[in-house]
Amino acid sequence: MEKVIKYVLYDILRNRIVIGYTGFLLLMSLGLFQLENDPSKAVLSLLNVVLLVVPLISIIFATIHFYNSQEFMELLVAQPINRQKIFYSEYLGVALSLAAAFAIGVGVPVLLFGGSGPAGVYLISAGIFLTFIFVSLAFLASVLTRDKAKGIGLALLLWFYFSLLYDGLVMMVLFYFSEYPLENVSLGMLSLNPIDLGRVLVLLQIDVSALMGYTGALYKSLFSNFTGVLYAGLLMLAWVLLPLMLAKRIFIRKDL
Amino acid sequence: MITIKNLTKRYGKLQVLNGLSVEFERGQVVSIIGPNGSGKTTTIKCLLGMVLPDSGEIYIDDELVLKQWEYRSKIGYMPQISHFPENMKVRQLFEMMKDIRKDVQELDEELIGLYNIQKMWDKRLGALSGGMKQKVSAALAFLFQPDILILDEPTAGLDPLSSEILKAKILKEKKKDKLILITSHIMSEIEEVADDIMCMEEGNLRFYSSIAALKEETGESRLSKAIAKLMMR
Repeated sequence: MEKVIKYVLYDILRNRIVIGYTGFLLLMSLGLFQLENDPSKAVLSLLNVVLLVVPLISIIFATIHFYNSQEFMELLVAQPINRQKIFYSEYLGVALSLAAAFAIGVGVPVLLFGGSGPAGVYLISAGIFLTFIFVSLAFLASVLTRDKAKGIGLALLLWFYFSLLYDGLVMMVLFYFSEYPLENVSLGMLSLNPIDLGRVLVLLQIDVSALMGYTGALYKSLFSNFTGVLYAGLLMLAWVLLPLMLAKRIFIRKDL
Repeated sequence: MITIKNLTKRYGKLQVLNGLSVEFERGQVVSIIGPNGSGKTTTIKCLLGMVLPDSGEIYIDDELVLKQWEYRSKIGYMPQISHFPENMKVRQLFEMMKDIRKDVQELDEELIGLYNIQKMWDKRLGALSGGMKQKVSAALAFLFQPDILILDEPTAGLDPLSSEILKAKILKEKKKDKLILITSHIMSEIEEVADDIMCMEEGNLRFYSSIAALKEETGESRLSKAIAKLMMR
């Protein structure tokens, strides 16, 4: 398996997009830390950009890479290699290189200038989790359809749903049922979107959670202890594994 | 060596394989012929596990191979149209394949020499012409000295000289007691290399016998005439 990952990584490094992505993140992080005097404010601004950019780049790059690797996979399936191995190697190759780009581009500046406090560490782990999650979703979108344009469309739709549409839906529910106690409902809805989960986890470490009212207080009481963080971590892991397993199941039965 | 039992496959509404059963033995060179869309390539892809049949069984050396992968070390495959990673160089492709198949100690690099593949060592695979890709693909199929060679329209796109080299290579391998499956539409070529002909039609076997027997049966001295006569019946 390491051999196949090695060639997937070669291929990714050759097209330089990941290097550009690293540079972009690095420039942005350093810039934000230069502009803001208060490191926790810079982390907050960084959070908003990260939550938008990381899922988008991860899902689009992974989808395009998957379709472009079709020939590579065709070549390998005629060799004595397990299909499952080919699939996981592709996944790890893409996810690890994007996660490394994030760790260098955002992780290093945050650790250097992010000040003390756990917010920076939470931001880094949320970004890495989101990278893995959206590469999983991208692979799911890619195995669902043979047509590259449709696959990329589906991937964009998923990103659009998780970044923008979902929040709208949550707002609508909260608005229409505002007469009722909605703390637990909103907590449940939060679990169904990894981007929101990441946002809340980081926000709770910065002292802006007071702005979120009762719900904020509930989140704070839940996520500020170990079980809460463990719950969030497991939820993120489930978001990585469920789409990935589903995609693998489809891939090993697919006609190439 | 290969036993196929009741293989069926449908793509949506199209029934491509319809209960195909056939056996191949060591030392045979079998030419698979049939009209376009009769299921030749699908049969080959099922053998390689690239396409999963809806039902039926495939045994190679008495082992069921569906959803297995180790057995593929016995097979060398040259596809009809070769798809290679475009950005890879020819040298890197060969190095990668050798790296993946480290289990094979003795490599057969004859075709690399005969086709002068070293000359395109530093070219990107995306920049190669169709015929050059076919040469690379042929050299890869023979490289690991497999017991079974599956060649899907091997000479389509090759220039006459290269075709001759390939045919000579096939005959040479045949003497080593290997099983060679070739699909082709060129009758004169089949006559040169194959002993047996398996004709498919609408996903099933039309006939499967030796060339000599076919000629005797139809009373024709040329293979193309004999086959035409059989197909007209």
